[in-house]
Amino acid sequence: MFAAFDNFPSLLIWLPLVAGVLSFFIKKEGAPRNISLISSILSLAIVIASLIFSGQQYSALNQVSYIWMPGLGSGFGFILDGLTKILCLLTAIVFPLVLLIINRDEYKNSNAFYGLLMLTQCGLMGVFMATDALVFYFFWELALIPVYFLSSIWGGEKRIKATFKFFIYTFIGSLFLLIGILYLYLKTPHQSFNLAAFYNLRLNAPEQHWLFFLFFIAFAIKMPIFPLHTWQPDAYEQAPRPVTMIMSSIMVKMGVFGLIRWLLPLFPLAIKDYNTWIILLITVGMIYASLIAIYQDSIKRLIAYSSIAHIGLMAAGIFSLTEVALEGVILQMFNHGINIVALWIAADFLERQTGVTQISQLGGVAQKAPKLTVFLVIAAMANIALPLTNAFVGEFTIFNGLYKFNPWIAALAGVSIILSAVYTLNMIKNIFYGELVPATTDVKDIGKTHVLVFSIITLLVFVVGIYPSPIFKIIQESTAIVLNKYGSL
Amino acid sequence: MNTIIFSALWGVLMMYLGFIVKKQKSATAFAVLGLIVLLIVNWLEYAGVSIFTIDMQGMLRYNRVSLVFLLITIFSTLVYFLLSGSDIEKFGKSSSDYYALIFFVLTGISIIAGFQSLLMLFIGIEIISIPLYILAGSEKNNLKSNEAALKYFLMGAFSTGIMLMGIAFLYGDAGTFYVEGINLGLGKITPMLTVGMVLLMAAMSFKVSAVPFHFWTPDVYDGTPTVFTSFMATIVKAAGFFAFFRLFENAFGNLHADWEILIAVIAAFTLLIGNITAVFQQSIKRMLSYSSIAQAGFMLLGVFALNIYAKQGLILYFAAYSLATLGIFAVLAKFKDHSIEAFNGFAKQYPLVGFSMLICILSLAGIPMTAGFFAKYYMLIAVIKYGKMFWLVILGILCAAISVYYYFKLVQAIYFKEAGQREEVVFPRSFELIMLANAILIIILGIHPDWLMSLLYM
Repeated sequence: MFAAFDNFPSLLIWLPLVAGVLSFFIKKEGAPRNISLISSILSLAIVIASLIFSGQQYSALNQVSYIWMPGLGSGFGFILDGLTKILCLLTAIVFPLVLLIINRDEYKNSNAFYGLLMLTQCGLMGVFMATDALVFYFFWELALIPVYFLSSIWGGEKRIKATFKFFIYTFIGSLFLLIGILYLYLKTPHQSFNLAAFYNLRLNAPEQHWLFFLFFIAFAIKMPIFPLHTWQPDAYEQAPRPVTMIMSSIMVKMGVFGLIRWLLPLFPLAIKDYNTWIILLITVGMIYASLIAIYQDSIKRLIAYSSIAHIGLMAAGIFSLTEVALEGVILQMFNHGINIVALWIAADFLERQTGVTQISQLGGVAQKAPKLTVFLVIAAMANIALPLTNAFVGEFTIFNGLYKFNPWIAALAGVSIILSAVYTLNMIKNIFYGELVPATTDVKDIGKTHVLVFSIITLLVFVVGIYPSPIFKIIQESTAIVLNKYGSL
Repeated sequence: MNTIIFSALWGVLMMYLGFIVKKQKSATAFAVLGLIVLLIVNWLEYAGVSIFTIDMQGMLRYNRVSLVFLLITIFSTLVYFLLSGSDIEKFGKSSSDYYALIFFVLTGISIIAGFQSLLMLFIGIEIISIPLYILAGSEKNNLKSNEAALKYFLMGAFSTGIMLMGIAFLYGDAGTFYVEGINLGLGKITPMLTVGMVLLMAAMSFKVSAVPFHFWTPDVYDGTPTVFTSFMATIVKAAGFFAFFRLFENAFGNLHADWEILIAVIAAFTLLIGNITAVFQQSIKRMLSYSSIAQAGFMLLGVFALNIYAKQGLILYFAAYSLATLGIFAVLAKFKDHSIEAFNGFAKQYPLVGFSMLICILSLAGIPMTAGFFAKYYMLIAVIKYGKMFWLVILGILCAAISVYYYFKLVQAIYFKEAGQREEVVFPRSFELIMLANAILIIILGIHPDWLMSLLYM
């Protein structure tokens, strides 16, 4: 199957896979935890190496293609290009951070827990790097199944119902995707699943229209886009902490990624017809989600709804079909992934200290935990895209593209940013300032691990916010290809 | 040819073994030995070594596909004996009788694997069915088992009658029993030919429990002792499908465009009714019998498409479906209470068996990385490549989505629910290991299905 380990993509697949399988079989206390941590840090090193060795002369290092099922025209094809590198970097950064945060936690059957986490990482990496539709589908499912088990076994009280809803939603979505992939496969001249062969297809307008919906529904459920979002708040609330972080930071990006890599280049005619309507739908959804977020009392649900709004903005940016917006979206995928992890870590810390998740039952935490307050305020500022933070660069670029597409829609989408400031600042005010309440009298400040993790995140927030051009350079490697079919239309 | 004679011989030996050896364990050991012998002689035939040369006047002919099919059948039976042998031993005074019956079934399957004449098809199906009637009623003191046996017998006899009538019509039209002769003569459609073909289609649909001829299945599967349901629902069903495919490929291949719509409709209804009814079942055993109808719907897609992908896919499907269903039934056979609630928290109590069962369920549900995914996938590809009726593919995928719902109810029970009251059962170490090996095999087939299918071309 894989003949060698001599290039980055296959290493990124194999490393978490091996670590995951190893974790399953090692019962020794603490060993699975260490294996996962080491493997995830190694993955980060590999991604960084791939960023360094990224020129034309290194293309062999960043591409894999092995024959898998010759009779079916499918091969193990992976690539690390601009878009993929950003997402793999995000995955590779978030996993060690999450693992560091949960380093002290005790989980029942920790070997299975860490094993499944690593398999999730493997699935995510595979989804981002696959250049073969069948392999893409394979990893798409591989990323889903471990998360299903993680949430159902280690999750909260209502976990079984919430997770099942999530699972059924996404599974049905991915079956639609499978129908679409099979149809395209049939259309390719030499019956192949290769991405390049898919790109070269000439589909007529009616075909594109219904295929577009098959793909779009699958991705929309994953992101999620209004009105397919109802699984998300429940699933985030009930999943165990690290899984919530990974789901909201990386897994939702699978959907956005799918739009960019698979949907946009494949169905230009359909997208030209539908994009205004879809952007309108998304914008309405963004405002709707933001309004709900304002009225949420649970921190977790607030973050979940805020995530719907932010992901919606990315989707709108993609459908504006401008190169500027697309670059912004790819950058913003990275930023959002980093920022939301910070929010979750803070929410999780507060929950563990106080035992409550209701905003109304918290107050005055700043007096007790000044370090946490500083870091969280920075993360919150990044979440509402204040200048100098990373999200400002991303969302500003997206708005730039949206404005080019249609100023009115851009203005409408802007409302949701204002609303996001409302609920984020409201949350900060209620939790951190004001009088101490019974639940918060015994809060301690964050420990060294948290300081380390938050510092890394804060560093990323400012570095990307102040000097984003190296990342844009990586991103530009792949944006032109995505949109080149739209130039002639 | 080797397997027919050896399995019949071994069956007779098993019958007499009951007089000589009193220990039940040795009967199982002898039966396992017999299967290994069958595997070897089948492999020899695959390699071109025929131990017996009997002039069959061309009524039986074995090609690669039939031999690979037999290989899967015998191997699945081996897995079945290893997993459920100890449960077979618990039946009656002499388990060797049951083993003998199963060997006779294998004889019938060996005949079906190579039939070139409708007579051989008929004989093969009868040899398969008669021992099964006995197995279905083997729990003599249980009313449900008796009911199952009687129902199965009546329905079986009825469908055999229909089949015979179909064969008679075809003979009247073509003047021959040879399938090739019938196929060659298919110039124009005569009423007699149509009646014969439709009757055969109905009879085969009975055997594979396709809608609307499926009503016997849940009752019979439910009433039959679980150990034997396991055999009936997997290996025998696969044999029925093999006969179905071979008959329609060899005898009616030239008329494919004329009968495809009939099979398409049968397949569509089988998928729909099987899956939707399975959702509402409370007992795992009944759910599995409806799921077996649903899986039959998928296999019918292969009969519908009738191309090389369908052939490869069916071979894979037999293996995937048999191994997975055998695994689940083997666990069920150890318990008396088959309701889904009875398996709450199962995996906590038995981690290894629970995990193996999980893989089996995932495979039945067609989740990627398990054999079931590629089995279903090949069926869909076969329909796509055939190029007609794309709606069958969409229906198939939607039904797969429904099936995930009821299969995952079982996953939820065994993994996520808190344990309730359950009978104390201790799984022997060997059972656990074979279950695990079975699960690993399913995963291997799920990652590299080519390894099995390349056997067809070596």
